[in-house]
Amino acid sequence: MVNYIWACMAIIGIVYAMFNGTMEDVNKALFESADSAVTLSIGLISVLVFWLGMMKVAEAAGILKFLIRIFRPIIEKLFPDIPRDHPAMGYILSNIVANMFGLGNAATPMGIKAMEQMKVLSGTDTASRSMITFLAINTSGLTLVPTTVIAIRMQYDSVSPTEIVGTTIITSLIATMSALIIDRYYYYKSVRRDNK
Amino acid sequence: MSLITTVSAWIIPCFILIVLLTATYKRIPTYETFVEGGKEGVKLAFSLLPFLVGMLVSIAILQASGAMAAFIHLIEPALTFVGVPPDVLPLALVRPISGTAALGMTADLIETFGPDSFIGRLASTMQGSTDTTLYILTVYFGAVGIKKMRYALKVGLLADLIGIIASIVIVTIVFG
Repeated sequence: MVNYIWACMAIIGIVYAMFNGTMEDVNKALFESADSAVTLSIGLISVLVFWLGMMKVAEAAGILKFLIRIFRPIIEKLFPDIPRDHPAMGYILSNIVANMFGLGNAATPMGIKAMEQMKVLSGTDTASRSMITFLAINTSGLTLVPTTVIAIRMQYDSVSPTEIVGTTIITSLIATMSALIIDRYYYYKSVRRDNK
Repeated sequence: MSLITTVSAWIIPCFILIVLLTATYKRIPTYETFVEGGKEGVKLAFSLLPFLVGMLVSIAILQASGAMAAFIHLIEPALTFVGVPPDVLPLALVRPISGTAALGMTADLIETFGPDSFIGRLASTMQGSTDTTLYILTVYFGAVGIKKMRYALKVGLLADLIGIIASIVIVTIVFG
């Protein structure tokens, strides 16, 4: 599916530009965006190195294990196919906590580590059930403190920059719950199909 | 609310403090372990590069051609009919595709309509409560080499749709 979306975005854009006379803009955007993607990747190095280094220390110190023990009941329900003491649990948890506090930069490396561990469990290049559940939680944007948005509101002299925290929490709760339900729906659908 | 901002500022340094204190107490070679973990970060950033270049270029073509704007213009009447301000539509469409573009649009809406206007609050909530599905999919699956993503994209995009609808409903109830 991602192959279709990826190709379609470019194909539609190029064909549209033929009729719209915006080919020059497309040409420019093509190279500028490739350039900014590289800048983005390089920019990620600092965050990735710092957090992966710190997480390694946290892991060695047994802090991840401690976190898992506290939240085990909830995480076990959400990810039934991950063994109880597997390191994937710790990374999943750290990622979710970082996301809740709007620390997107800290969340990404932990999310990647969680994926790595889940791949060790599944051992194929096909997304596993727990990987998709994990993505569903991530993409629905579980947030407690939308730090970046508050910063922007402050910049434009809002009377109350944090007044949107309440609506954001309610909205992302609804979105995350729905994501989990949709995820379950498609999972059981795929199970039924495999059994036929 | 100042409590929440304080917590946000304290949480990372405090986490680092706890990690380093515990690790030192347990006689773990902290610096060496940190460096070892950090090396993985360098490798990871480079392995992500092709995934990001591919995705960002395709999105940029769609935007620069004007096709995205044309599509938005096309469904504008339907939105006005159900009471959704058309000004937030581009944001709603771009949010799952590009995080930086969405952030730019949010800033733009807040600047134009004011942070304390209905549209300003709606844009803030939308930006804060949804996430960039395509980016997350690209980065997470790309980093570990997942090629068949099964129903992941469907789940992500449907969740975004619900998040956007929910933000409109909730903001209307609370501030409307």
